[in-house]
Amino acid sequence: MPASLDLCDIRKSFGSTEIIKGVSLTIAPGEFIVFVGPSGCGKSTLLRMIAGLEDITSGQLRFDDVVVNDWDPARRRIGMVFQSYALYPHMSVEQNIGFGLKLAKKSKAEIMVRVDQALSVLQLTPLRHHKPSQLSGGQRQRVAIGRAIVRNPNVFLFDEPLSNLDAALRGQMRMEIGKLHQHLKNTVIYVTHDQVEAMTLADRIVVFEGGVIRQVGTPVELYDHPANRFVAGFIGTPTMGFLSGRVAATAQGEGVALDAAGGQAITLPGDLRRVAHGAALTLGLRPEHCVVCPPDQTMLSGTVVMLERLGAETFAFIDLPATPAPVAVRLDGGERSLVAGQRTGLRFDIERAHIFDADGNSISSSAS
Amino acid sequence: MNARRSRRFQPLLFGAPAMVGLALFVVLPFLMALVLTFTDQQLISPEPGVFVGLRNYERLLSIRALVQAPERNDVAGTPSFARVRSLTRHEPAYLGYRPLGELRFGEHRVTLLAKDPAFLTALGNTFLFALMVVPLQCTMALGLALLVNAGVKGQTIFRAIYFSPVVMSMVIVSVVWAFLFDKDLGLLNQALGTLSFGLVKPVDWLGNPATAMPAIVIMSAWQGAGFQMLILLAGLQGISQELYDAARIDGASMWQRFWYITLPGMRQTIIFVLIVTTIAALGLFTQVDVMTGGGPRGSTATVMFEAVRHGVREENIAYGATISVVYFLLITAFILLHQILLRRSAKVIS
Repeated sequence: MPASLDLCDIRKSFGSTEIIKGVSLTIAPGEFIVFVGPSGCGKSTLLRMIAGLEDITSGQLRFDDVVVNDWDPARRRIGMVFQSYALYPHMSVEQNIGFGLKLAKKSKAEIMVRVDQALSVLQLTPLRHHKPSQLSGGQRQRVAIGRAIVRNPNVFLFDEPLSNLDAALRGQMRMEIGKLHQHLKNTVIYVTHDQVEAMTLADRIVVFEGGVIRQVGTPVELYDHPANRFVAGFIGTPTMGFLSGRVAATAQGEGVALDAAGGQAITLPGDLRRVAHGAALTLGLRPEHCVVCPPDQTMLSGTVVMLERLGAETFAFIDLPATPAPVAVRLDGGERSLVAGQRTGLRFDIERAHIFDADGNSISSSAS
Repeated sequence: MNARRSRRFQPLLFGAPAMVGLALFVVLPFLMALVLTFTDQQLISPEPGVFVGLRNYERLLSIRALVQAPERNDVAGTPSFARVRSLTRHEPAYLGYRPLGELRFGEHRVTLLAKDPAFLTALGNTFLFALMVVPLQCTMALGLALLVNAGVKGQTIFRAIYFSPVVMSMVIVSVVWAFLFDKDLGLLNQALGTLSFGLVKPVDWLGNPATAMPAIVIMSAWQGAGFQMLILLAGLQGISQELYDAARIDGASMWQRFWYITLPGMRQTIIFVLIVTTIAALGLFTQVDVMTGGGPRGSTATVMFEAVRHGVREENIAYGATISVVYFLLITAFILLHQILLRRSAKVIS
């Protein structure tokens, strides 16, 4: 039975250092939740707390409205897949998968049936007598998943399961995990630092930074309406480009004077009354909302630092004055002649730009 | 051509320092000892030794059994036997044989006779020592390693404390333990007496043939366990923490985690430790030499002790060498057998 999860102001401290600083989250039964964030943001620690491998310093963790803070991992009925797979090296594939059932003192016949079922779901039946050392990375990963599904867990926990695989295999396993979830319909919590995994697998993504949740939402919500600069920069490849500036008046109303344009102002759509004149602002630009043009047709111009040709699409990275990181632009077919080192102009669709205040919070009308 | 030749010699070249050392200090002395065994060379003698063939081996290894039927004087009486000495004294075949021990087969009495019963007793003593000390010492070492690895504060200090007996000289440790084991003044008897409110009478640990070897076993295990602990600790720390996490999620209790994760994960380390400890145990000498001098009644004499006694103290270096060579072959055979059995059992498991 897929369980619902309730995290209520969960905190974790090691000594005097607080790692998880009050996380509250509700997860519906059968939902595929992905925790993303940079290294050290506490996402793995939180997962281990949900698993019962780490104590919860304060707060409440509920499975189906039952507080499980003090339950040991086995009683929580979770299945967990570790980054290093953590297969028992001296046991065969089927022994690895059946180990939990054996410890639970299930009958031999029941273990056989359930292990067989898991093996066939994961297409591991021909490898059942192999030792982990005789398996490839992807096969080990599948055994680890088998060990988790054979116990019919309430909740599936994945701790960066694909980070040890090569790129091709990662894509394939990602798809298999997605299919498996559609088939089993378990509640899944999946930790990764790879935002592509997060975008492709998640029903909802939870973005962590420094032990707090920065935003929760569906992949599209996070992409289209990032709540803050951190989420905006974390989701999306290539990264969103950021232009700094200050609130200023223009002929048409409120606008922003861009540092990259030598202080020239551009009119902003929507209501900026909350922000004082002269206050710092940041514009966030997705690569697909920018275009290159001749330098004399725009107020933004810079140098192409690099071209990223991915076959189907090409991105240009343009270094602008007073802008710390180059801004990525998705090129349409027309600008294939662009070369690195060339001077070029940059235009963007102000209607689709994201606007962040000095604290990094979104004040775009589109972010609501 | 030249490059290929140099590549063929390269490994030999790299191995040379160790090989030369081994040849000089192990192989050569062994070969010299082997030559000695066929002579009657004395340790300090102006006369060179004379070739005597296999006489030393014959003296060392000759065993005979004397089977006697009981002599009954009356119908109900217990069976009695003629004295062995009276039978062997006039028989040239038994010349030089002395009794080693006796067995009963039904009514019959079998007396084992050997030309050097002390060696065979010592051989038995040595294996008995190994049989007692290896399990004790390795279990202690594993226990200490688990304790030190449990993540208690001050891990480094405990590790140093447990390891400290290893760096002490065995002679000093033996002298100290001889005091501890002393019948009247020893700490051990005092403690036993006090804790049992005088119920346990003082035991003459080193003076009683029944307790002397166990006493040496205990002190040897205490002295050596720290070394095995370090090796086991390294093995223990080589086991991934994620395996324990996975086992906890699978519902394994602490004992089950030890049984299913720790022990299999340390299999190679434990085998290594068992072999090293066994080899060290079979070389038992210092403790015996300092604490008991092989006594009481030969109950703690070991093969090494016998080799030194004959070869150095009695200056019969040829016979001492013979003991060493035979013992070397025995241990080699033992370890080979052990390896073969181990390999076979490993195949059965996998």
